[in-house]
Amino acid sequence: MSSPLLQFTSSGIFCPDAGVYIDPWKPVDRAIITHAHSDHARPGNRNYLAHKDSESILRLRLGEDISLQTVAYHEPIDINGIRFSLHPAGHIVGSAQVRVERSGEVWVASGDYKIQDDGFSGPFEVVKCNTFITESTFGLPIYKWPAQKLVMDEIRGWWQQNQVEGKASVLMGYALGKIQRLIVNLQPFIGPVFAHGAVFNVNQRLRDAGHNLPLIEFASNIEKKLFRDALILAPPSALGSLWLKRFEPYSTGYCSGWMAVRGAKNRRAIDRGFVISDHADWNDLNSTISETGAERVYVTHGFTDTFAKWLNEKGIEAHEVKTEYGDEQEENTAETIG
Amino acid sequence: MKRFTDLFLRLDRTNKTNEKVEALKAYFLAAPDEDKIWALALFTGRRPPGVFKRGQLQEWALELAGIPEWLFRESYGSVGDLAETISLILPTSVSSNERSLHEWFRSLIKLKGASDEDKKSFLINAWRQLSPYEVFVFNKLLMGSLRIGVSQTLVIRAIGEAVGQEAAVISHRIMGKWDPLTVSFHDLIHAENSADLLSQPYPFYLAYAIEGELEDLGEANEWFAEWKWDGIRSQLIVRKGQLFTWSRGEELVTDKFPELHPLKTRVPDGTVIDGEILCFGPARNDNALRSDPLRDDRPMPFNILQTRIGRKNVTKKILTEAPVVLMAYDLLEYAGKDLRSETQQQRRSLLEIIVANAQLPMLRLSPLVDFKTWDELREAHKQSRERGAEGFMIKRKQATYQVGRKKGDWWKWKVDPLSVDAVLVYAQKGSGRRSELYTDYTFAVWEGDKLIPFAKAYSGLTDLEIKEVDRFIRQNTLEKFGPVRTVRPELVFEIGFEGINKSTRHKSGIAVRFPRMLRFRKDKPAKEADTLTNLRSILDAFE
Repeated sequence: MSSPLLQFTSSGIFCPDAGVYIDPWKPVDRAIITHAHSDHARPGNRNYLAHKDSESILRLRLGEDISLQTVAYHEPIDINGIRFSLHPAGHIVGSAQVRVERSGEVWVASGDYKIQDDGFSGPFEVVKCNTFITESTFGLPIYKWPAQKLVMDEIRGWWQQNQVEGKASVLMGYALGKIQRLIVNLQPFIGPVFAHGAVFNVNQRLRDAGHNLPLIEFASNIEKKLFRDALILAPPSALGSLWLKRFEPYSTGYCSGWMAVRGAKNRRAIDRGFVISDHADWNDLNSTISETGAERVYVTHGFTDTFAKWLNEKGIEAHEVKTEYGDEQEENTAETIG
Repeated sequence: MKRFTDLFLRLDRTNKTNEKVEALKAYFLAAPDEDKIWALALFTGRRPPGVFKRGQLQEWALELAGIPEWLFRESYGSVGDLAETISLILPTSVSSNERSLHEWFRSLIKLKGASDEDKKSFLINAWRQLSPYEVFVFNKLLMGSLRIGVSQTLVIRAIGEAVGQEAAVISHRIMGKWDPLTVSFHDLIHAENSADLLSQPYPFYLAYAIEGELEDLGEANEWFAEWKWDGIRSQLIVRKGQLFTWSRGEELVTDKFPELHPLKTRVPDGTVIDGEILCFGPARNDNALRSDPLRDDRPMPFNILQTRIGRKNVTKKILTEAPVVLMAYDLLEYAGKDLRSETQQQRRSLLEIIVANAQLPMLRLSPLVDFKTWDELREAHKQSRERGAEGFMIKRKQATYQVGRKKGDWWKWKVDPLSVDAVLVYAQKGSGRRSELYTDYTFAVWEGDKLIPFAKAYSGLTDLEIKEVDRFIRQNTLEKFGPVRTVRPELVFEIGFEGINKSTRHKSGIAVRFPRMLRFRKDKPAKEADTLTNLRSILDAFE
């Protein structure tokens, strides 16, 4: 009997037949990267392979000179008789599920994913497989996302209210992914919009790479009174920072799936929480797993033990796997300028 | 329900006092009177009618959501609030409902005594018609636990502003016993004459902990010092031949302390005394104690008083084992006259007369500490523990009796807490705003090579430290048991506590009072934490 197609090692998810890792957390020779968030795309690997839309951000974050091969979705790559291909994960721009096939047996490592089409990252695709490796960031039945349109209306309402009260609206979310989603879906804007340095850099990179994003001005050297009715897009790290002072008076909004629970919002001392996530919610995790037809599931990060137990009770063989994903800290200092 | 839910959300979304007051004020200006009285009842901690058992709510919610109980418990562990957990797991509602707050309460009251079948169909219908936020607030009402980060002071201020009345007046009117079913908002708040509300206590004056040096307070002779008692802060009211006892939690506790009832005929009509309910002797049959000269002047430990608190029936046994007295230290009303604007000194001299005339052992006068200089007071402070006191209350002789917690005239000066270095062994997620993090810890001390848990604590760390400990817990979990994680015993904390008692309920044989984390001892390896023997010696010294 041959070894399993993918193994969970101390360095990451490993395909022994091909000598390739998926999203390794220790430096390896060859790494396939599902997406450019820092817990999945780590520095120090000798060779990278990723979707072409991940390229600009990977080079920004890991170094312009990394050895990187890019592919389109569905474009097959054969290594040592193992067939690899990337498929849309809907998580952020360029995010991919990695399909791995060996003589008819299919594994899919899905990285992070969401089912809701956010209008920028591209729609998620269900990939039929025997073994599915899933996240479970929001793998509890308390996490169910409202429709994107409702949340955008809520954000607009908040922005409008702040305009009435003469306050700036500081809206926070991950610079890569969440912010582009907000930019695309909040248009047409009801007032001026400015960006924190980290947001500005990511946006510019994506614009340079040809993505359809409007120019959001960098919130520096701007006349203070212009902030009054403006929306300021900032990464979560801006919360509580001195940088925010220039916008006073302001109201803070925070975009995250965690905002579904009141305690999570209150603990952060923010004014408004908006439930908007780039991960699958409880219902979508369950429906996706069932649609893949997988007879075995590995749960890599999030509420792993709970979610695996739940799947097992439903009759789907599931295992909890310890990984180092799920601690997204995307703002490195180089990006957090201004 | 929508209006009240909106109010709730507005309050929940801001941590700025002014915005909270604005939201409350807007509500009390716009809502119908029938709703307002219920809202006020809820904001002042009055419980709505208990129609459902918590278990029922949970059971029916599970059924509707189609999830097993263990998964519900996991979810609850992450949310930290039962009402909210239920609102999150239920399928999203499809219709809506325009019933207002008091209409819901009316239907609820009708439901009392109904069959479980009827209750269930009522509830499921309600859940189906309310938005998720409404379901959450509604569940909170059903469970009688609407804590929303709004202090009574804020509510009083908002109502005062809304109706154009002084906060102190509103505060007095809404204190005490009233029922939203029988009192209208108008009668309660606008009633010019509240004399009919015989039982109404005054808002308590509360002290802050002293800051800086005693000398900063000025001349020592301008101040009184009393022992700070560790009991139940209470007001005893005698008006028109009736007696009422109130605890600081605004709970009428008259029936819980029958020992105090004879005071009804022994203090003049129209008297309100502020003091502390404490348990005092009978002397225990303990030779060591019998020779103790302070024996009769020292209250029994708080855990004995505690046996009186949660109890519905006060049995003979309890009355002999844990008899209470009222340790009086202030007089708020005399001959029906509000004395709060008189000076501390004047109130005190009247109080002394009342206590002396009553001639009943269950009414004691809290003695003044004799001191001429601050240094003398510092010396006397050292006796706090042997006196069974927590330290001193220092009160300005010229102080009026104020409302709520105010700085300036009353100060508490507590003894330093006792402390040991203990090892973190179990952790559990917090509730409310800490529900994502492991913030509730159990600590243990060594007995030989075993760690014996002796205290739970969840306060005292900074947010940064909490994060660090949380991370450690997640990476060093040895075992999970329901929501509780057994943690690799590595982290050491200095645990402070206010009191220590023998306990048969705890494995350690010791119960500590008000444990909290004083310091994260990163410098100390677990092996060097304190032992059960250390803890026992503190107990011996303390008893």
